[in-house]
Amino acid sequence: MKEKLSMLLQKKSVQITLFTLFIIVTSSALYFSQKSVVSFLLLLSSLLILYYMNLKVVTKWLIALGLLFILIPFASSGGPAFHSYMEVATMVGIYIAMALGLNIVVGMAGLLDLGFVAFFAVGAYSYSIFATSQASNFMPFGEYPLSGSTFWGFLIIGGIMAAIAGVLIGVPVLRVKGDYLAIVTLAFGEIIRIIFNNLDRPINFTNGAMGIASITPPNLFGLEIIYPNQYYFIVLFILLFTIFAVNRLEHSKIGRAWKAVRENEIAAQAMGIPLVKTKLLAFALGASFSGIMGVVFAAKQQFIDPTSFTLLESFTILVMVVLGGMGSVPGAILGAALVTILNLQVLTELTNWLNQLSLQGVITIPDALTPAKLQRFIFGVLLVIFAIYRTKGLIPAKNKKFDVEQIKERAQKKAAISNIGSNDTDRVQA
Amino acid sequence: MNILEVSNLTKKFGGLTANSNISMAVKQGSITAVIGPNGAGKTTFFNMITGVYQPTEGEILLEGKSIVGLKPDQVAKRGISRTFQNIRLFGEMTVIENVLVGMHTHLRGNLLGIFLNLPNTRKEESEAEVEAYRLLEYFNLEPFINEKASSLSYGNQRKLEIARALATKPKLLLLDEPAAGMNPRETRELTEVIQRMGKEFNVTVILIEHDMKLVMEISEHIVVLDHGEKIAEGNPDEIRSNPKVIEAYLGKAALELEKR
Ligand SMILES: Nc1ncnc2c1ncn2[C@@H]1O[C@H](COP(=O)(O)OP(=O)(O)O)[C@@H](O)[C@H]1O
Ligand SMILES: [Mg+2]
Repeated sequence: MKEKLSMLLQKKSVQITLFTLFIIVTSSALYFSQKSVVSFLLLLSSLLILYYMNLKVVTKWLIALGLLFILIPFASSGGPAFHSYMEVATMVGIYIAMALGLNIVVGMAGLLDLGFVAFFAVGAYSYSIFATSQASNFMPFGEYPLSGSTFWGFLIIGGIMAAIAGVLIGVPVLRVKGDYLAIVTLAFGEIIRIIFNNLDRPINFTNGAMGIASITPPNLFGLEIIYPNQYYFIVLFILLFTIFAVNRLEHSKIGRAWKAVRENEIAAQAMGIPLVKTKLLAFALGASFSGIMGVVFAAKQQFIDPTSFTLLESFTILVMVVLGGMGSVPGAILGAALVTILNLQVLTELTNWLNQLSLQGVITIPDALTPAKLQRFIFGVLLVIFAIYRTKGLIPAKNKKFDVEQIKERAQKKAAISNIGSNDTDRVQA
Repeated sequence: MNILEVSNLTKKFGGLTANSNISMAVKQGSITAVIGPNGAGKTTFFNMITGVYQPTEGEILLEGKSIVGLKPDQVAKRGISRTFQNIRLFGEMTVIENVLVGMHTHLRGNLLGIFLNLPNTRKEESEAEVEAYRLLEYFNLEPFINEKASSLSYGNQRKLEIARALATKPKLLLLDEPAAGMNPRETRELTEVIQRMGKEFNVTVILIEHDMKLVMEISEHIVVLDHGEKIAEGNPDEIRSNPKVIEAYLGKAALELEKR
């Protein structure tokens, strides 16, 4: 019976039918209910189910794009909670991009970076300073705030600024290895935050602890972008670009060089891989993804201050990567999605619910123990559980499978063309 | 013609002189062995040539040009590759990826080409795969292409290290105890491979090895180190009958030498 069932589930047609049913049920539940966090989360989880389905990669991507661009926004739009759903989805996207960036540094290149949020801050401040009147404090020319249409250019500038910051921090920091590197990056992460916190004197660059408010919203051909559902699409586009870029990198000579450095520095060097340059590239590229999302974050919040970029944020992103699986791109995506949803949806919903209960006098929960405040505790427990039971994360990193037959065929073809009559194809045999 | 010339090479670790005033020359296309008891300074010698250690004194010339002061990756780009006494594979990466890493310096692809998947980059990658495949085939490792390097048997790991080193297209290949831990059959196979590959890949080989049978069979020239000093050098027959060498090797290895 059990075998039959699992056989049935292996079948493509059965999988597709069940999957379609699942999507229809969850999306209509989401659409027709006033507010149903559960169905929203279930609909999102359809992407995870899709990942494990027995379909061609291209098909999976097409379905995923359909879900992300059409079904999820549409199904969420049925009730008053539309914007809160879109807000959560947007934040999930922002964190996924950051986790993918950190995954390059920690997972692929093996450089434990505990100050990663600094690059997010650099991106966020790059836009905030110029999209408010802050810039007129020190810029000798130009009129500030810049218009919202510069936002698109700032996506690139933010990425570049973060990459530069990555190199600047990397040069001194990458002299040390392992645990020392972790401590030094932690310190640099804090230093950057403290610099932003204090850069209001003598010249007011960042407005210090007061933060920067009324950041000009982006403008797309005259359309002001202020709603979460608009940001959702911006983030989605950037995220797709990020995933594409990370995938390309991973299976290129650069990705291999990162992994080689992670596996064995001395051997990597002996293969002609320059250590510092390779590590700096990991720092810079990882940072740039974070910087781009920093720009989006600043525009979306319309207000930033140094408290958004604390050590806890760096740890959160690291938890995403570790939870998902170090070095694993799908892992980083899943880890980021889970942790963000846990933070923004599950814990806050749980807190609201418990608050209601205590208002009704059913139970009383001390303020210090509300779920939202237990975030650190929950992360800690999660990490311990994963360190013991699932060291490689939810979706462990997988090596690329090379198509042996295909390579062999090409090798034979090439041999046939290049040297007819030469004996270089025979092999060493005992 | 000499591909490598080393003169007065000295390495001190604090009070310990691991290599003292070593001079030698390696003929292009030859197979040279460096032998000596444990702790004699053989690996240190390799480490200086490959830029892992900077010599305290002395000069190293590759094709007449000094390579002292270069970093290991720069030395690799000049055409020296190596294997390690304690195997240093990229354990979590697959067998073919290990070899592809070896080709790193010969792949031109840049960030733009990689992001945009430009035809040039793609072509280069697919050619690299073919080349890697052939190298693996040469060492009979092609059944393990998609396996993790760390999952290979000890003997195969040693072979993979050589394949990876050859992937850098070196002029000079340094093998640090390539037969260590291999069984007699594997050692015999390896001996044959080393002999053939010198010619087929047009590479000069220097190897450190304790297996005297292997050393005597394949080396044209042998350098003997003891306590950091070069105590003898010559062809296998000269070394076999050299009293200093027999003294340094007193014990099992000495008996083995005499038997032959
Ligand atoms: N990095 C190092 N620091 C201090 N001593 C070293 C170092 N590397 C090697 N040595 C010492 O140099 C001597 C020669 O070592 P090595 O070259 O590894 O010998 P061999 O390879 O001939 O067995 C040994 O006494 C060893 O302890
Ligand atoms: Mg040694």
